[in-house]
Parts: sequence; structure tokens; C-alpha cells
Amino acid sequence: MADLSVEIAGLRLRNPVMLASGILGETGSSLVRVAEAGAGAVVTKSIGAEPREGYPNPTVVELEAGIINAVGLANPGIAAYVDELKVAAQAEVPVIGSVFGKSEGEMSEIASLMEEAGVSAIELNLSCPHARNVGAELGKDPETVGSVVSAVKKSVHVPVFAKITPNVTDVVDAALAVANSRGDGIVAINTVKAMAICPETGRPFLSNGIGGLSGPAIKPIGVRCVYELYENVDIPIVGVGGILTGKDALEYLMAGAKAVQIGSAAYYRGIEVFGRVVEEIGQFLDEYGYESVGDVVGIAHDEN
Amino acid sequence: MTRTRIVRVERTDVECSHTVTIRFQDESLARPGQFVMVWIPGLDEVPMSFSYIGDLKGVTVHNVGEATAALHDASRGDKLGIRGPFGRDYRIEGESILFVSGGTGAASLMPALEVAMGSGIRSTIVIGAKTASELIFVDRAISLGADVRISTDDGSKEYKGFASDLALQVLQEGSFDRVLTCGPERMMKTVVTACLEKGIPVQVSLERFMRCGMGICDSCSFGGLHVCVDGPVFDGKDIIEIEDFGVFRRSADGSREVIP
Repeated sequence: MADLSVEIAGLRLRNPVMLASGILGETGSSLVRVAEAGAGAVVTKSIGAEPREGYPNPTVVELEAGIINAVGLANPGIAAYVDELKVAAQAEVPVIGSVFGKSEGEMSEIASLMEEAGVSAIELNLSCPHARNVGAELGKDPETVGSVVSAVKKSVHVPVFAKITPNVTDVVDAALAVANSRGDGIVAINTVKAMAICPETGRPFLSNGIGGLSGPAIKPIGVRCVYELYENVDIPIVGVGGILTGKDALEYLMAGAKAVQIGSAAYYRGIEVFGRVVEEIGQFLDEYGYESVGDVVGIAHDEN
Repeated sequence: MTRTRIVRVERTDVECSHTVTIRFQDESLARPGQFVMVWIPGLDEVPMSFSYIGDLKGVTVHNVGEATAALHDASRGDKLGIRGPFGRDYRIEGESILFVSGGTGAASLMPALEVAMGSGIRSTIVIGAKTASELIFVDRAISLGADVRISTDDGSKEYKGFASDLALQVLQEGSFDRVLTCGPERMMKTVVTACLEKGIPVQVSLERFMRCGMGICDSCSFGGLHVCVDGPVFDGKDIIEIEDFGVFRRSADGSREVIP
């Protein structure tokens, strides 16, 4: 039986399958349930300084090979979310706090409150594609990415990951900024900026018009980004985007990710998907004679 | 077939002063208790339980806010987007079922009552409202042949009191294999507690703010369960211990708020 445990930036995970931010992480009880369903770690919904209702519905539209969403970073604000983190602490896996904000100061403050509330790591949302003045608005500029990561690193002791956007010409630029600012890891990718229009009404389906595409349609984009990142930066990469099965996860691992995150698949395969993907990875590793997850990380780069 | 499609309003039926039923053609296969996300283009998208499940489907709308006001004013030919059917349905089995509805809750129970009567299950339905003029689906239930019992909070028609009070009385009088209930959550909690004490299987249909309807956004989180995919119909025994039941819900920003 292959060893499924992994270590990323000092975090020990029982398996490499994490819950992605933005999915099922608004409440502590849901984070606990995802952990019970088999995830190796869970990432909270992105939390900001103040309560935020997000965009009006429709905020989600399902397409043939994916889902576009523009929820708009709805969250109860860090003060109220601390109560959810108390509940989430019952999960027997690391809880990673996702943070968004308008500035490095705001993000540092939220990150440090999250650390106080017991999170094992911070994930900086520098990539939400559909909110003004936050997310990708910061993440599209490598210099800003660097200064946010530096500031947050100074305010917390736990590892700091940066979730970066694929909606740029070269994903490597922001990743290098993270690495040069002593960030502990990169999470790639966030959703791909997208739109769907309803022909019968002549309107975009989403109230915000533009949203972020997730699901099977974006897996090849995510795998390519992780592959490029692995060639160019030395800090650990967590791969995310369109993973539904163990084999999808293996593509990311082989491209160079040390762990993966799953989001939309909780719709396609139900909340049980976390444990199932872990099993599928294990079966694959056994069948193909690998002894551990680490044995496949980055092998797509090997010559011959 | 759960992806968004555009339907046209075929007709609207006034059920009472604040409630209308909107009928539209849709061939998806819906089961009693399931819901759809109804998109009012340019305005909002809201979850609604089916009140009719054939090809000429229906949703019954209580005018409580901007979106429901727009649906209230809808007329024949208007375009609506729908996606679904979503969620778990009522289990309709046994020899006798008691249905307990309060307010607009009757809408979700009517397709279940139709299926029950069609399968020869002896059916009693308690239909409750604040006052006589707000009672809905009484004639529909009578024409199905169900034993219809009516409660009004103000006593303006038949039993004076809550639907749950009348339901407890009906439970004493007869024997029932199952109870299905939809209405105000505190009313349902009373019904669930009584049924579990008597050992009668009971199912409830819950209502929460929703975004995705697909089990991923966490907006309708309910003690780690999700009303959109684990419900909206739940077994009473599975939720009676959940702290939120009858007490708390989540607002649009995800914070916990007391159910009014």
C-alpha cells in the first residue's frame, strides 16, 4: 500500500487531497464534514475584514464542462468567522485560512487573527477574478504580490501560500514574486475569467456578467500552469482546477504539484469525492508500483 | 437535465391575496419535494419547491420580497430561467400518511399528496394559515379525496391554533405510518418532536437562502448538511439534534441569524 502522506512547507498531511477555497468553507461544520469525507486538509472560504453579501443571484451557472461563478467573496467578516474556525478545529486535519483584502495591511491583520484562531497555514487569495480592488486586481501585478506576501509573512508564524491567477500572460511572474518574498508555497490555479450569455434573454446568466470558470474545462490549463511553475520556482506548488478523479490529481502531481485541491467536483461527485480521489490515487500508485505520492511529483519533466 | 433553460409563463393562478402559482411547460422529471432555482432575468434567482410536477409544472410564490413580488406580477408569456430539479424528495409509502402544512408549505406537499392518493394511501392533510383568507390548496386537497383538516391561528375557520397543534390532535385520533411536513420551521420542529416520541417516521422540508443549489457554495449550510443536496426534504431523526433546526439560518454574508 503506497504512502499517501505528504509534507508541504512543514505541514504534514495524511493525503495530498485538500478542499479548495470558496467551496463548502463558509461554515465550520462544513469544513469538519469535508475532513470526515477524507480530505487531507481544508481551506476556508476567503475571509475579509468586514461582512460582505456578495453579488445578487444568479451567482452560479452550469455549462457543458464546467461551472461559472461570481459569488463576489460573500463572507461574514473575520470577527464572526472566528466562531466558525472554533468549530472547524474539530476537524482532524489542518485548517488553512484563506484571506482576501484591499491592501497588505488589511490582509496581514486578517491573517494574524486567523493564526490566533488556530489555522495551520494561510492562503492568500490574490486571484479571485470577479471582485473589485481585491483578489486578482492585486494578483495581476507581481510587485504587489511580493509586497503582500512579505507583509503577511512578517505578521504570522504559520506557512503562507499564495493562490495565483491564470488570467495573466505569464503565471511565472507572480510565482517568482511569491518565492522571492519568502512565501512558503503557490496554489495554482484560481478560476479562469469567463462569461456565458443566455440567447433567449440576451443577458449574461450571472448578475455580475463576468465570473470564474471551474470544472473539467480548466484542468488542462491548470496542469500547464503547474508544469510551467515547477520549471521556474523552487517552492512547493499545490495544484487545483478541474480535478474530478484520482487520475486528474495524478496529472497535477506529475506536472509538479506536491498536493492538490478539489472544489467543483463536490458537485459532480458529491462530498464523498475527497475520500474517493484519495482511494483512486492510492490504487493507481499501487498498480503502477510507486511507493509514495512523492515518487510521482514532477515526473512529467523527466527526460526519456 | 439540471442546467438553465428558459420557459414561458403559461398561466398564473391566484391562490390568496399574497400568493400566486406560476405554471410553465418543462419536461424535466421532478419528484414531490424537489425544487428549482427560478431566474427572473435582470433581477434575482430564488429556490422554489414545485407545487405541480407534471409537464405543466408549477411553483407557488408567497410575495415576501423583490424577487417574489416580480414573480407575483408575472403574466402569460413572460420569460423565466429555471434550473433543477434539485434535492431529495419525500418518501411516500405505508398505508396511511399525515401531511402537515403551514402557510405556503402546502405548495411543496401537494404533489406528494397527489402521489399518495394515486397509490391508494389513506391521506389526511392539515392545512394551516394565519387566517381563513390565506388558506391555500384546500379545494385541490378535497378534490383529490384527502381527509382535509383546517387550522387558522385566529380561529376564523375551523380549528383555532397552529397547524402543529391540530396535527398533534390528529395524531392522537388516528394511526399513521408516516408524517410529512412543510411550513414554518418552529411548527415543523414541534411536529418532528411529537412524531419521534411516538416512533412515527417523519420528513420535513426546509427552506434556506441558496446560491448554487448544487452543494458547493455552502450558503445553505445546516449543521454540516446542505439543504440543497442533502435536503430540502430531511428525515426528522437526522436533524432533530442539529442546533440550527428551528432556531438559526444563514444570511447572504454567511453569518448566523435567528429565524424570525
